[in-house]
Amino acid sequence: MKTSYKPAIHFNHVNYSVEGRPILNTIMGSFPEGKITTLVGPSGAGKTTLLKLCNGLLSSDSGEIYIKDKMISSYEPVELRRLVGMALQSAPMINGTVMKNLSLPLELQGKQLPEDEAKELLHDVGLDEEFLSRNIRDLSGGQRQKVSIARTLVNRPQILLLDEITSSLDRTSLQEIEELIVKINRKYNTTIIWITHNLQQALTIGNYTWVMMDGEVIETGKSDLLKSPVNDKVKRFVKGEVE
Amino acid sequence: MSFLTLSITLIFVLIPIILSKTLRLDLEKDTIIATIRSIIQLLAVGYILKFVFDTESLVYIFLMVALMIGVATHNAQKKGASIRGITWKVGITLVFVEVLTQSILIGFNIIPATAQYIISISGMVVGNSMVLSILFLNRFTAEVETHQDETELILSLGGTPKQAIHTQLMNAIKASMIPTIESQKTVGLVQLPGMMSGQIIAGADPVQAVQFQLLVMFLLLTTAAVTSVMLGFLSYPTLFNERMQLLRGK
Repeated sequence: MKTSYKPAIHFNHVNYSVEGRPILNTIMGSFPEGKITTLVGPSGAGKTTLLKLCNGLLSSDSGEIYIKDKMISSYEPVELRRLVGMALQSAPMINGTVMKNLSLPLELQGKQLPEDEAKELLHDVGLDEEFLSRNIRDLSGGQRQKVSIARTLVNRPQILLLDEITSSLDRTSLQEIEELIVKINRKYNTTIIWITHNLQQALTIGNYTWVMMDGEVIETGKSDLLKSPVNDKVKRFVKGEVE
Repeated sequence: MSFLTLSITLIFVLIPIILSKTLRLDLEKDTIIATIRSIIQLLAVGYILKFVFDTESLVYIFLMVALMIGVATHNAQKKGASIRGITWKVGITLVFVEVLTQSILIGFNIIPATAQYIISISGMVVGNSMVLSILFLNRFTAEVETHQDETELILSLGGTPKQAIHTQLMNAIKASMIPTIESQKTVGLVQLPGMMSGQIIAGADPVQAVQFQLLVMFLLLTTAAVTSVMLGFLSYPTLFNERMQLLRGK
């Protein structure tokens, strides 16, 4: 992506395969710092794999990934995952209360999350403080996603990876999450990389967009590219002809 | 018991075969193979034991126990094929459990250090440890598979592999130990243990038989706990690489 912005993440000829089957092919490009970049493309395009490479849940077979100008391999895994937070599509929770889930990132470091900080986090994601004592079983899909995002924010990540976090939400929850992500981006200058199937969302929320298909980045640029794509495959995808 | 009387007991094999045939369970072949194998294996072991007991040679005792551990390891490792180096992990666990239990038993003079005692008790310890290993590996691989999201969640939040797998590991250890603990709760009320029944039938004093049975039951509690905990802590690190990533068919 040609941009004057400083890259938060940069890919240089990155490849990844599973049992000899290529999943990502020669990925090149950058995600600009402090901006929202959306990843769109049909299922199986390699979008989730790309995110997992960024926070070190997977490692590439070849090529280099730079996070904040440093080779990804130069980070300790734990340090990298705190710097690059990730909210998973299924928003997995540990059994217990919202407070227990919010405390998890600090508990893993042997620390306690002060209640005031937990309340502030809930406030940030638009949930009332009385949610702290709620059992996660009693939360709706939208509320779970909000707790999942708040939990990721506990580590104060500079880069936030979001994997289809709105795919199963109703319209109201979807709008709330969109507003929340924009708020986080502006308040903390967090770089956001967001996988979405919702092209309207990519257009309105994202500053930049990557279109991925079959493990390759087909087209990148400002999100407006989705209105008038150059590539034929992307044109068909935007028209809904490629699932 | 004469061989003629023993052959009449084959009626108890015929019943499941008839049931399997009638209900089309397709278990006739397996039942017949299991019966033939048990006859050959037990008769062979009977003669071997008689020979070893007569000679009282430490070399033969060692070889017998090594054979038990070898076969048990081979059998149990199949259930953990997805875990790297599972054969030596199961092997080390079985050897450790055997050495620990025999050291306590012989060290505290609970049993005399003779072939008759060492081999019989080793059979129970190694056999139980093998079953525990199979139970543990079955449950642990299933837990890891079904809770991948939770494992990745902890890793993605900056947790270590040990933290990421902790719940699954503890669940598997607990689940594999429960049958041993539960069966001991009802022992004597519901079932009379095989070893005790055998001793009583053979004419031993029931109180003496109970004392030995208690010894075996306490022994099996330690066997169960040590096997699942040790195998668990040996197994989980191989599910991750040095970059703290969960390994999956890569």
